[in-house]
Amino acid sequence: MNVAAPFEGIGASVRRKEDYRFLQGRGAYTDDFNRQGQLHAWILRSPHAHARIRSVDTTAAAGMPGVVAVFTGADMARDNIGGLPCGWQIHNKDGSPMAEPPHPVIAHDKVRHVGDQVAVAIAATREQARDAAEAIVVDYDVLPAAATIDAAVKPGAPAVHDDVAGNLCYDWHIGDKAVMEAAFAQAAKVVSLDLVNNRLIPNAMEPRAAMGEFDRTSGDYTLHTTSQNPHVIRLLMGANVLHIPESKLRVVAPDVGGGFGSKIYHYAEEAIVTWAAGKLGKPVKWVADRTESFMSDAHGRDHVSNAQLALDANGKILALKVHTYANMGAYLSTFAPCVPTYLYATLLAGTYSTPVIYCEVKAIFTNTVPVDAYRGAGRPEATFLLERLMDVAAQETGIDRVELRRRNFIPNDAFPYQTPVALQYDSGNYTATLDQALVAADWAGFEARRAEAAGRGKLRGIGCSTYVEACGIAPSAVVGSLGARAGLYEVGTIRVHPTGSVTVLTGSHSHGQGHETTFAQLVADKLGVPTAQVDIVHGDTAKVPFGMGTYGSRSLAVGGSAMMKAMDKIIAKGKRIAAHLMEASVDDIEFERGTFRVAGTDRTKALVDISVAAYVPHNYPIDEIEPGLEETAFYDPKNFTYPGGCHIAEVEICQETGKVSMVNFTAVDDVGRVINPMIVEGQVQGGIAQGIGQALLETCVYDADGQLLSGSMMDYTMPRADDLAPISVATHTTLCTHNPLGVKGCGEVGAIGSPPAVINAVVDALRDFNVRTLDMPATPAKMWQIINGGRRQAAE
Amino acid sequence: MYDFAYHKPTSVADAVKLLADPDAKAVSGGHTLLPALKHRLNKPTALVDLSGIAEMTGIKRVGNAIVIGALTRHAEVANSAEVKAAIPALAYMASHIGDLQVRNRGTIGGSVANNDPAADYPSAVVALGATIHTSKRKIAADDFFLGMFTTALEADEILTAVEFPIVDKAGYAKMRNPASRYVMAGVFVAKAGGTVRVAVVGAAPCVFRQAEMEAALTSNWSADAVAGIKQDADGLNGDIHGSAEYRAHLVGVMAKRAIVAAG
Amino acid sequence: MPQVTLTVNGQAHTAEVEGRTLLVELLRETLRLTGTHVGCDTSQCGACVVHINGESVKSCTTLAVMANGADVTTIEGLAKADGTLHAMQEAFREYHALQCGFCTPGMVMSAIDLVQKHPDGLTEQQIREGLEGNLCRCTGYHNIVKAIAAAADVMHGKRSEIARAAQ
Repeated sequence: MNVAAPFEGIGASVRRKEDYRFLQGRGAYTDDFNRQGQLHAWILRSPHAHARIRSVDTTAAAGMPGVVAVFTGADMARDNIGGLPCGWQIHNKDGSPMAEPPHPVIAHDKVRHVGDQVAVAIAATREQARDAAEAIVVDYDVLPAAATIDAAVKPGAPAVHDDVAGNLCYDWHIGDKAVMEAAFAQAAKVVSLDLVNNRLIPNAMEPRAAMGEFDRTSGDYTLHTTSQNPHVIRLLMGANVLHIPESKLRVVAPDVGGGFGSKIYHYAEEAIVTWAAGKLGKPVKWVADRTESFMSDAHGRDHVSNAQLALDANGKILALKVHTYANMGAYLSTFAPCVPTYLYATLLAGTYSTPVIYCEVKAIFTNTVPVDAYRGAGRPEATFLLERLMDVAAQETGIDRVELRRRNFIPNDAFPYQTPVALQYDSGNYTATLDQALVAADWAGFEARRAEAAGRGKLRGIGCSTYVEACGIAPSAVVGSLGARAGLYEVGTIRVHPTGSVTVLTGSHSHGQGHETTFAQLVADKLGVPTAQVDIVHGDTAKVPFGMGTYGSRSLAVGGSAMMKAMDKIIAKGKRIAAHLMEASVDDIEFERGTFRVAGTDRTKALVDISVAAYVPHNYPIDEIEPGLEETAFYDPKNFTYPGGCHIAEVEICQETGKVSMVNFTAVDDVGRVINPMIVEGQVQGGIAQGIGQALLETCVYDADGQLLSGSMMDYTMPRADDLAPISVATHTTLCTHNPLGVKGCGEVGAIGSPPAVINAVVDALRDFNVRTLDMPATPAKMWQIINGGRRQAAE
Repeated sequence: MYDFAYHKPTSVADAVKLLADPDAKAVSGGHTLLPALKHRLNKPTALVDLSGIAEMTGIKRVGNAIVIGALTRHAEVANSAEVKAAIPALAYMASHIGDLQVRNRGTIGGSVANNDPAADYPSAVVALGATIHTSKRKIAADDFFLGMFTTALEADEILTAVEFPIVDKAGYAKMRNPASRYVMAGVFVAKAGGTVRVAVVGAAPCVFRQAEMEAALTSNWSADAVAGIKQDADGLNGDIHGSAEYRAHLVGVMAKRAIVAAG
Repeated sequence: MPQVTLTVNGQAHTAEVEGRTLLVELLRETLRLTGTHVGCDTSQCGACVVHINGESVKSCTTLAVMANGADVTTIEGLAKADGTLHAMQEAFREYHALQCGFCTPGMVMSAIDLVQKHPDGLTEQQIREGLEGNLCRCTGYHNIVKAIAAAADVMHGKRSEIARAAQ
């Protein structure tokens, strides 16, 4: 009997290959690796937000049971260890470079945030190392702290870095201010809104971990680390911090338990364990406990903005003016400077044909944990600002909020569309995603649901947002001119083995995205090899030639495209081999899903025939073609990709407690071609959960002294299953025009589109309370204050 | 954690002897103590695990009361046919403590003896007018809870059981802290003959009785009776999740819900 | 040093531990059963959930000595020897209820206990509330809830196998 194999190519919801190991406890995360004789590191962290270190006395600690070494910043300085590098340089309005103060691996003159590294104790067990760290005596001269943007920009504010005036990292702008002012002068209506984009703590479920090893025989270092981009860590740590040549440094990022941006960056602990392993000649492991994660993982968002929209009498947008303060935290994390500039201000056109945009951004140092990209990175901030502004503009012009958006959409025939803020959108259909979402969410039937809820004493609201975002940040030449210190291509190697199975080496990194399945589907689709015979190798600099890793929803658009290019090379070589074997002209050879055919004949060779011939070249054009069947391609995209869509949230507020409940969430996203619909839906649902988290639950709170009040899961509200409701996800596809797959990216759309949809719904629920500004998260206490305040006003 | 000696006595008498060490601590489910130890907030020399003491287990009806052994887990109280029949509000409350795993391990004795301001049990103990049985004596609920994490228990005194009188009506409602899911404001109401007791947890540093509501409900057992009563915010907890005023407001809301639940 | 004797996934083990050794440390570090994870230090995330005598507990909030004499099941002990997955594991795969996999072992162990405690079945709301002790940062829980509902039907004999979810 001949049973057709199930279709596993592009468009099939293939169940994930990686799930078997994860579901049976066979995943291999960094902390699951153990070595004979390994030591454990415990980092002593600053309890103060800002203090000068007078002295660090490690004598007592060094003599404690099990302790092998205690190192301080002075020890690192003696070894000429460099500071943690920043990967992006922004220039000020006047052309001068941003302030880029040193970021010591272990602090030695000052500590600048609660959690800053002060020393490391290394012992036989983790508890012994912790015991020793507690015995280190640090004499601090505690200084006043600048814990928030407001506090840091005040005249006379404490200086986070002694030589950075006004705590100003950079003062940057985009657009033409004079043109903007001229446009505002013509406005029939100007709408102004103050916004805060709340600071978030990423909280991937796997805490960060790192294990360094040193091989005395070869002089090779190995670092296992919870990273989204091991090659980038090898480059940054090897070249800038520890001065180890790449040839002597292997970085492995094995199974990684979620990242969401927070595991992109090169962190101090990676350098500490690698350096210490070399000094001690033994493996050194460090695993964060969650409390450390809160005070040492890069945080996200944290913008304070004013936005102004100039409209004509018909509600057409004439111009947008934005002023934003962006919190950098105490030091510049790896990609921090580009987030509030090239990933934020450049997105301020959104889905609208706004002709004039001017945005200035002041990046500010504060005595807080460094802030960097967190799922969406800049684009959620831009989308929240725009989509809140559109709702307020609708309210103040009396134009229906959906109609106002529609009226200003970039029309379908305008693509490729050049925005006034540098980006050129290649494709999109904002009307289609809006219409599909309105139907799916039964927008038209909302008022009846609102009335029904009112009968139950609940305030019900509905809100939408339409968004566009930019993924697969590129091309390298352009980002280089904008300040990037790295290229932004990706690398893929396709290795067809003699018997026809395939190994793919990719520079992308999977930490939940399901690459082992999706990428195998690309091979199945293009080369006709069943996914079971395709292995995806990633996350190891010793195996994968090079790579830039996974962030910014780039894996498929950039990494997948590199694989496609490499497969093109495989097919091209295969055709030459096939031509030889079938005694035909190369030009006459066709290839489709695993079969080489002489055009117009029934003469064929399977891919496996070609691979056998390539590795057992008995009958082979050895003078013309090298044996073997393995190809590598670097793909440097021509442009960003531009996913877009519409999100609609429906909420109910309990008037008694102020608790906001999600009742419906509908997303219609254009992520380009969908390879695995099941995985895409999962990515979008997860992103939306984080967006709802930002809108309703999560916020990072520092007190005036720089103490982290939301420093554990006891006080930082992580979304739980009962905080959320079913999430309806659909796609509407327009293809990306410039990559071989037509894909755009789906990892971040959920977190980008959803927060304003939720807040617009909450504000809509509070129609009777005259709410104009509503900072996230919409907590029960905050809602109660509004409702209660409104009642009080009514009573007076 | 700092290291400690571990003891698992099988009788109350042995446990009391071990707890004579002022730096020893009693533990049963461990769901309050162990997190504190993991953060090194506490440095006991020894843990005395009470879970092997058979005389401290079991749920039984004794006259007009339900006596629950200190080692009884929240899940056992929640699922006990005896408790459900006699004081359904108590079973309901137990079924909403923490999460599934906390209920599988956490015990009534641990919760009551620890007197965490955000624990549920003290509200039931006070509102139901329970009696605390210890290795030395019996203590009335009103005399037991002295302040945040403080009770009338002496250092070498072990809580062995809690005796809940069966009342005519009782109900419990709470608002959880959105992050920790501990109680932000919880109100337990109980009516026994002409006596009404209203106990509040989560809102203040220690469980307290709401006298004004008790008086109002004594004359009129209905949610409306407490609608006009404003809980004083003075002395209540305030934090990043809600001000004292918000908690005061929640006390009123939860009281109404508890009364409705009691029927 | 205290000694602990316990059964893990059907195998008897005896180990020397410190008083302060947590059950999760015994499992991960001594027995090298690294499928059980640690995701927080406040007993909230549930990545460490295992079964003790058939009930779900947080192994990060249980001392190893407290499990003396107990029958412990971890994620590694769920599938049959021939590799057949437990219905809950199968449902998680079928409904794409996991992404990074880190919360998954605890989530699966909790879900099994939750289903076992509700022989009459579970509503969606009961599943959501029943997962209070488990955090997932990847999935938004949507597919986890669906997977548990499907597994519950199989575990309670209402369905013979995990139905293939819509493509």
